[in-house]
Amino acid sequence: MAWQWFYRMGSPRWFYEKTDRWIPWLALVTALLLGTGFVWALGFAPADAKQGNSYRIMYLHVPAAFLALAGYYVMAIAGAIGLIWKMKLSDMVMKAAAPIGAALTFLVLVTGAIWGKPTWGTWWVWDARNTSMLLLLFLYLGVMALQNAYQHQGTADRASAILALVGTVNIPIIYKSVDWWYTLHQPATLKLTSESTIHVSMLYPLFIMIAGFYCFYALVLIFYTRLEIVQRERRTQWVSALVEGAK
Amino acid sequence: MSSGLKALLQRDLTLAFRNRGELTNPLVFFLMVIAMVPLGVSPESKVLANLAAGMIWVVALLATLLSLDSLFRNDFDDGSLEQILISPHPLYFIVLVKVFVHWLVTGLPLALISPLLGVMLFLPDAGFVPLCLSLLMGTAVLSLIGAIGAALTVALRKGGLLLSLIIMPLYVPVLIFGASVVRTAIDGFPVAGELAVLGAFLAMAIVLAPIAAAGALRISVNG
Repeated sequence: MAWQWFYRMGSPRWFYEKTDRWIPWLALVTALLLGTGFVWALGFAPADAKQGNSYRIMYLHVPAAFLALAGYYVMAIAGAIGLIWKMKLSDMVMKAAAPIGAALTFLVLVTGAIWGKPTWGTWWVWDARNTSMLLLLFLYLGVMALQNAYQHQGTADRASAILALVGTVNIPIIYKSVDWWYTLHQPATLKLTSESTIHVSMLYPLFIMIAGFYCFYALVLIFYTRLEIVQRERRTQWVSALVEGAK
Repeated sequence: MSSGLKALLQRDLTLAFRNRGELTNPLVFFLMVIAMVPLGVSPESKVLANLAAGMIWVVALLATLLSLDSLFRNDFDDGSLEQILISPHPLYFIVLVKVFVHWLVTGLPLALISPLLGVMLFLPDAGFVPLCLSLLMGTAVLSLIGAIGAALTVALRKGGLLLSLIIMPLYVPVLIFGASVVRTAIDGFPVAGELAVLGAFLAMAIVLAPIAAAGALRISVNG
């Protein structure tokens, strides 16, 4: 009984109908969190002593970086579930997660460049974190390219799942090698175990933004997956009924 | 088991030596691109000596990538890959044998002619032995990781470029440590630690890469 929900998750139709009911609530929570976070971060958090107001782009940059990395693991885990249990839904989630993750990684690079210009005086520095993020973008693009290369969807799913898993094994190695090679950057400021070096008044809105980004990610992932479901199940009766009903 | 693998080894080596043209292509590519560097950058020995270690490593990486597409391609095209897949031998070792042959005919020659290219780019004397050693180990890792990409793209008509796209990010750690072995040696520091890291990459790639490549081959052949 306890595992019934897990088996049900295998059915795209069940997921589609369930998420119909989840979306309004999730959207509400996302809007609340992002709204509060934005207003607090841009309006009420104190300006930084050295960086002035330019540091506020951190409230986009850091949450996007969290999700860009987490997104790769979402993709890889979904791919692994698809490979092992041959679950249709999880293949769709994997395919949906790739472009979202790539977009977030791109956002991290762009906001990082915009933040870097006033603080370091240059758009781009070849340091550990910039380079790792760039490589993460390449990994995402590789998975997307492989997805697009195959005519047959099933092969595309399995092949890109393997690539995503290989990438997962490699990410810590890539990250550590790049770290070893790295030249200049401020040390990581947000640690969950030790005391953070940024002030709480700046930290609370950041946490809200991170939570908001997680919800936003979940929401977008659900939307993309639903799109994928309708596209792949377009020949089934329930999708036809859905389309008929919408007309 | 061992007799089957030995037969495969013999067959692949014979095939490689019957196609001598293909055998030398990566080497010629390696040589030509290195010859482009002084033409594109500067013929000055100081500038080139600075670039040498990294440049030779990057070009070796590209030469390996270009040669990878043919790793499973011919076997896939003539159907022998399917026969190999249904043979009783574990696919893990079959992949390992094929990768070993690939390294023997591309990585090893690349490592062996690298001192010549070092001379062309005015590599400082201290860099020659470390360059050879790091390429010997590094190209083996490149072949192993690349086998995953080759297996994933073997069923595609135009797999070559895609193969490079999906595999290149995975080559970063090898490139970083491989090139830094040479640079550290030129700066006069001991290189044992960095060589050991390359060795660790090699050990890990030997254990893990054939598993992924075997899985990918099954998907490519069976759809």
